Amino acid sequence: MIQTRTMVINMGPQHPSTHGVLRLVLELDGEVAVKCTPVIGYLHTGMEKIAEAKRYQQVIPITDRMDYLAPMSNNLAYILAVEKLLGIEVPERTKYIRVLLAELTRIKSHLVWLGTHAMDIGAMSVFLYCFREREKVLDIYEMVSGARMMSSYFRIGGLREDLPEGFEKKVWEFVEEFPSRVDEYEDMLTRNRLWTQRTKGIGVIKAEEAIDLGLSGPNLRACGVPWDVRKSNPYLDYEKFDFQISLGKNGDVYDRYLCRIFEMRQSNEIVRQALEGMPGGPINVNDPKIIPPPKKLVRRDMEALIHHFLLYSQGFNAPEGEVYQAIEAPKGELGFYIVSDGTNKPYRVKVRPPSFVNLQSLPKMVEGRLVADVVAVIGSIDIVLGEIDR
Amino acid sequence: MAEESLTISKLKERFPDSMLEVAHFRGETTVYVRKGDIVKVCRFLRDDPELQYNFLSDLCGVDRLGLEPRFEVVYNLYSIPYAQRIRLKVKVSEGEEVDTVTGVWGTANWHEREVYDLFGIRFLGHPDLCRILMPEDWEGHPLRKDYPVQDMPKWWEVGKP
Repeated sequence: MIQTRTMVINMGPQHPSTHGVLRLVLELDGEVAVKCTPVIGYLHTGMEKIAEAKRYQQVIPITDRMDYLAPMSNNLAYILAVEKLLGIEVPERTKYIRVLLAELTRIKSHLVWLGTHAMDIGAMSVFLYCFREREKVLDIYEMVSGARMMSSYFRIGGLREDLPEGFEKKVWEFVEEFPSRVDEYEDMLTRNRLWTQRTKGIGVIKAEEAIDLGLSGPNLRACGVPWDVRKSNPYLDYEKFDFQISLGKNGDVYDRYLCRIFEMRQSNEIVRQALEGMPGGPINVNDPKIIPPPKKLVRRDMEALIHHFLLYSQGFNAPEGEVYQAIEAPKGELGFYIVSDGTNKPYRVKVRPPSFVNLQSLPKMVEGRLVADVVAVIGSIDIVLGEIDR
Repeated sequence: MAEESLTISKLKERFPDSMLEVAHFRGETTVYVRKGDIVKVCRFLRDDPELQYNFLSDLCGVDRLGLEPRFEVVYNLYSIPYAQRIRLKVKVSEGEEVDTVTGVWGTANWHEREVYDLFGIRFLGHPDLCRILMPEDWEGHPLRKDYPVQDMPKWWEVGKP
């Protein structure tokens, strides 16, 4: 009788289809993955520890570097948490600008996901199409913040500055053009037989299992659970916007693909509504203890100079307490839990990264399936290791 | 807010001895639960048809150095059907163990590993309690407040006499 035994191999941390430095220990029986153990921590930079030594405003640039494909979402979650802690409400215009940019961020993040996911499965050209549009979103990023990726544009109590000249024209061009671009992606993939064979019925997870494992975002909606933080617990002004949430049925790789494609179209509509309804008015809260006074005033006014000096040398003290604020980031529920002890630095910052929790369900999705499917499933969960390891 | 108080009143009715304190801040409710009862309370909150906190958003630790008990384990729960949040807290002294909630929510597995890794709080009954972010042979728990941030031995000095 022939003896058979399983073989243990390492996939990653340098494997290109693991989207960064994810390491999987796969136990294989022939070509079937019997057991899958994710090993993470290769990108651990101790961001939560660093945040404890920084003043509240200084944490914003750190959050950029967590999910580096959607920096504005991270900024948003963090500043919303701090604003909740301080108990301040930003002006209407700021809310609209934040919604607009957060939805552009969602489109941008989904574009990278679609490009790399399709490339993992073998559809090379989609990648180039997606990055063409992503480039335009990055240009918009550059217009508002001066940086293409690490924007830090949202500030506690407002924005770094008002929108620049020519911004609306640029976004309108994008909004008008983008739906036809999504049609192009769908032409290449949705009915493509190779694509459907690689994705339909792969990496299935049931709704109850998904909730138990803490899956959120498009991954959970693909299982047929209609939960979107923007709808269920609206933050900013999301209740004023008319949009639908994506919903799948089977919870497989293909449904996750359809959900995100649908979300890109809906995000585009939200951006359109935000542009149409953009109110005027101030962008910052009127509190010199949180928002620095205008530079011109600092040169003339003693009080403004004092506020300026105090804000940049000591920051502000937050009231003692603790808050948890969650937003619907492109990858799922992104939460910030901030504990304050009444000083100018957070006592503890805990990030609830969606990728970290979503990755946990990978073994459930791939065990008993082919190695080639593991690659497809990793791509479909849409993970970013900068966020998982923090 | 009516729903929030429903959660509290139900908890008070069912577990009068386990609830140590209820705190409100900025519209959020925090319930301090006696350490030994956390699994019972969690299971009740998940299974009660009028509450259904079926989603464990987050589980983390906080180091209150200087206070006794020193650590807090924080559970941020969410109810998908009712769109409600509640926060549970358990106070833990150094060296004490907490019962695992992996039996209630599967997602607690990695969260508890992270708390163990970064704070050194052990979870009783956890299926695979090992480090998750730091290397396996790492010494110390980095998110503790008394963890040295500076003056760490350089990598070429480690293991030398």
